[in-house]
Amino acid sequence: MKRPDPKLLVQPAPLLKQPLTTSMAMRDVLIALAPATLAGVWMFGLGALLILLASIAGAVATEWVLLPDDERRAQLANGSAIVTGLLLGLTLPPALPLWMAFLGGVVSIGLGKIIWGGLGYNLFNPALVGRAFLLAAFPVAMTTWSAQTGPTGFFEVAASNLAAPFMHIDFDGVSSATPLNLMKFQHQSTALWDLMIGRTSGCIGETSGLLLILGGLFLAFRRDLDWRIPASILIAVAAFTSLLVLIDAERYPGPLFSVFSGSLLIGAFYMASDPVTSPLTPKGAWIFGTGVGLLVVLIRVFGGFPEGVMYAILLMNAATPLIDRYTQPRVFGKGLKSPRGGHE
Amino acid sequence: MIALSTLFRRSFAHGVHPPDHKALTADLPTQRIPFVSHYVLPLNQHLGAPCKPVVETGQRVERGQLIGQPTAFVSTSLHSPVTGWVRDIGRRRGPDGDYRESIEIEADPFSTQRLAPSPRPDWRGMSVEALVEALPHSGIVGLGGAALPAQVKYSLRKGVRIRHLIANGAECEPYLTNDHRVMVERPETLLRGIEILQTLLGAEETIIGIEQNKPEAIATLRAHIRPDQRVRVVPLRVKYPQGDSKMMIRALLNREVPAGLHAADIGIIMNNVSTIAAIADWLEDGIPYIDRLVTVSGPGIARPANLIVPLGTPVREVLRFCGGLTEDTREVIMGGPMMGTPVASLDAPILKTSSGVLAFTAAETARPREYPCIRCGRCVEACPYFLNPSRLARLAKARMYDEMKRMNLSECVECGSCTYSCPSGIPIVQLIRTAKNNLRGRKRAVKT
Repeated sequence: MKRPDPKLLVQPAPLLKQPLTTSMAMRDVLIALAPATLAGVWMFGLGALLILLASIAGAVATEWVLLPDDERRAQLANGSAIVTGLLLGLTLPPALPLWMAFLGGVVSIGLGKIIWGGLGYNLFNPALVGRAFLLAAFPVAMTTWSAQTGPTGFFEVAASNLAAPFMHIDFDGVSSATPLNLMKFQHQSTALWDLMIGRTSGCIGETSGLLLILGGLFLAFRRDLDWRIPASILIAVAAFTSLLVLIDAERYPGPLFSVFSGSLLIGAFYMASDPVTSPLTPKGAWIFGTGVGLLVVLIRVFGGFPEGVMYAILLMNAATPLIDRYTQPRVFGKGLKSPRGGHE
Repeated sequence: MIALSTLFRRSFAHGVHPPDHKALTADLPTQRIPFVSHYVLPLNQHLGAPCKPVVETGQRVERGQLIGQPTAFVSTSLHSPVTGWVRDIGRRRGPDGDYRESIEIEADPFSTQRLAPSPRPDWRGMSVEALVEALPHSGIVGLGGAALPAQVKYSLRKGVRIRHLIANGAECEPYLTNDHRVMVERPETLLRGIEILQTLLGAEETIIGIEQNKPEAIATLRAHIRPDQRVRVVPLRVKYPQGDSKMMIRALLNREVPAGLHAADIGIIMNNVSTIAAIADWLEDGIPYIDRLVTVSGPGIARPANLIVPLGTPVREVLRFCGGLTEDTREVIMGGPMMGTPVASLDAPILKTSSGVLAFTAAETARPREYPCIRCGRCVEACPYFLNPSRLARLAKARMYDEMKRMNLSECVECGSCTYSCPSGIPIVQLIRTAKNNLRGRKRAVKT
């Protein structure tokens, strides 16, 4: 022939590939979180935005420093560090000093992810590892809540936000109680509508219940998360609290309050459903979610803390390998009664 | 109403939905490519033992003449696709680059290439056992891809009664349209084959399973079925790998073939529609398996086509007939894009299993950067056999092959749905294949 043959590749099949990548999934998470993030910044002011930026900066910088040179660019490009930093920031109180948020980002990526071997190998949700560290190290700062500033006070950054590292923090005039605090310590409920639209104090991104659900549905629709996990968490929480209400309606919070208060929604849709740290199998997802839901109510109602989502998810993260092991689906054609009689 | 019925069409669980790309060739009638000067016929174009040459170098052979005979039960015959002379018997490179013992035939340029009909048994009043004896002489193998010699499926375990014959017209591999063309162009032959096999087996019913992206095939066959025939056409949802025999049975009869058993063990025999048509050609007209229907398609092909190609024709000649490869072609695949074999050299011959010759450009062959598994579970939801591909890939990377065996490695049919669905770009099925090859090699090493 006149023309030489083209140089042929001999890559084995399949040649076709679903147009879907990890970075696309991460981008979906950022899109899903955008409404609740914007609402949080709107309600809590510029200080909240600075906290989010600080925790993202902490996460990204840590990834940059700790990853080997040849991995850096690709790993940062997939956006998982940004997602971790943002999720951490959204679960921090708005009056937190910025340096703590940054440090939380460092711990999230360093101790939560890289030390395990990087993306995909960590046992615990990185953002929650960072948050657990902050709560243990700075219990006062992590449980001091500020009231919403609203649009008028948008540019007023609280003095506590700007506290220098390891120096005295001035929390003057920022103290306010979250709905869960009110419930736990004063047996005082909060109007449901305020909970749904986020007109309460709390962490930056956890208050706007409806927006969090909206983003979660988007992720479920895009199949970026296993819908069974948030579904089973919400069902378990609602069922357990309904049972408690039946026992004593005066003492225990109702199911709707329980679902919409605190960080349950952000935890259920964005943290518990983190695929890396939750079971792979459908049956496992139900067990995992139910476990999280039950633990949340146990901690909130019977434990010493007003909120228990973080610990509930971390505890179930630890159980994930075990759950996966015992919930492997039945392989096609196995475990059937064979036509020759008897069980295989 | 139609949309609703589409949604609830029968299928199996899990699987993936690659774009089918069949529009490129679905409506193109098959055409015969001209005879070329040289043909290479490997002796092992089927599963099992290679056949043994019964001709000598220099000998004249007629088109349709026996040139290789089966050497074992799982083996089959080989016939000359052309009239000409045996030029050599020796090692030639197959499509995958491996050297295979082959017969090379030079065509007689002045021959009319008329087919000399082979002696064939009279199928009327034949028993299934006699069919099993007869089929190895036809050279027919399972044309859906496995290339299992046709008689093997019909050798039934004692006491097994076949209730259903299934004609597999799923053709779930993207791009391929040759089964489709058989159903559209040769419905009488296919239904004749079904009638013969159904009668011989004493089966109660034959079901033709066709994915509903082939409405012309469904309509044509329905129009040709006589009312007295117990034959049904069942449209299936479009999903890969519907053509896998166990998935097809699950989709059509909602039955699960137990692992380690064959369909026949639960009273079902399934053949590809092309295989059934080939059996009819042989039993009715004495035509051995010498011509293969090949879909030539893909973005790297100038003029896609459905071709009747004599076995042993070099891929180069097939491509030349279709206007050659485009400049940007990067890879040629024999078979389908999901399970086919990359072609190492264009001199490789068309085999009994070559359902397609597909050419792909950089857009399809570019592999995404591989990221670590984030356990998203998409492969788990894709695997039609309910394996855990994510875990198998991790174990394969760690070379923990024995642990993979415990995770039911042997049930994997290598359909590639896992690799197709992985957002991290992990070559899951490729890793699994490597593990299987390794285990096979180890077994051989222990034996010798």
